Amino acid sequence: MGNLIKVGMADLKLCPPDEGITTLGLGSCVGVAIVDKVSRQGGLAHVMLPDSTTIRNNTNVAKFADTGVAELVRQMEAAGAKRSRMVAKIAGGAQMFSFQNNSSLVKVGERNVEAVKKKLKELGIPILAEDTGLNFGRTVEFFPKTGDYVIKAVGKPPKTI
Amino acid sequence: MADFDLEHVDDVYFDVLREIGNIGAGNAATSLAQMLSSKVDMKVPKVELLDFNQIGDAMGGEEQIMAGIYLVVEGDISGSIMFLLEEASAHVLVSKLMGGMETGEPGQFSEMELSALKEIGNIITGAYLNSLSSLTGLTITESIPDLTIDMAGAILSVPATEFGMLGDKLLMIQTAFTDDVELNGYFILVPDLPSYGKLLKALGVMQ
Repeated sequence: MGNLIKVGMADLKLCPPDEGITTLGLGSCVGVAIVDKVSRQGGLAHVMLPDSTTIRNNTNVAKFADTGVAELVRQMEAAGAKRSRMVAKIAGGAQMFSFQNNSSLVKVGERNVEAVKKKLKELGIPILAEDTGLNFGRTVEFFPKTGDYVIKAVGKPPKTI
Repeated sequence: MADFDLEHVDDVYFDVLREIGNIGAGNAATSLAQMLSSKVDMKVPKVELLDFNQIGDAMGGEEQIMAGIYLVVEGDISGSIMFLLEEASAHVLVSKLMGGMETGEPGQFSEMELSALKEIGNIITGAYLNSLSSLTGLTITESIPDLTIDMAGAILSVPATEFGMLGDKLLMIQTAFTDDVELNGYFILVPDLPSYGKLLKALGVMQ
């Protein structure tokens, strides 16, 4: 496998059918992989917070589940993908520490996952598979051609969903 | 009180943070030395305001395995503090603390080692917060520590999320302790928004 396209934290990118795209070390963040089932154009968003509307400084749309998913879909559509043919797989949303009692951040991983699901539902994009929650970090690799979403975690064998 | 904005941090604030980092890390090194009964030196800490996409690289990649110790900060300011240690450094420290006992498989920590690591994190963050407290005159207490060993990116997502509510950057203080070997540690202090103002005021940076 050649070089993978790398998506940073609070970032999103498109991926051509024959390539692969990755984001490293997802913790409470969620990696949302979307592909057009027919054209096989793909994309990956690494979202960090559930809701852009509750944050004053919300210029980076890729940071939030609501605006990040919407922007990824918009960019894919602009590149010729059709929303009606899009499907998604999601991973991440872990709770890295057993307490995170900063009130606004309680269960941020779980809330990220919920927010991503809500947005995808709103956009009519079905979720084919997910590997979310628990308490460990995940590196993900997405291959639009096959739709394989490979999840790697420390001390665990890689898993394809 | 003026709104604090991480996108527009000025040099004075940086200098203040570097100085706090310096004193805090100095205290931490002293505590470490007492704990290990050996001499521990430290380098001048590096204070950096990093973009989210740079933070993994700053620690040798998002997939670099780190020990992350996380505490909630309470008192006059509130927020959290995190201390990260490279896995190899964590092993060296723990093994020293436990009298050079070889324990567990490489890359794995036993229950006892994990609890020793928590204690190390507790002492180091405690030393750091004590300096901050005495410099500012603010009462700062910390919760019991929680520890995780995982990829740097995943651990950093926790403070990054807290910073993420303020902007797209994360403020990090990197400290290298030198014993027989160099130990790389990173502090990340995340005061919540109202606490920034209190800290800067107490330090005389902000009116």
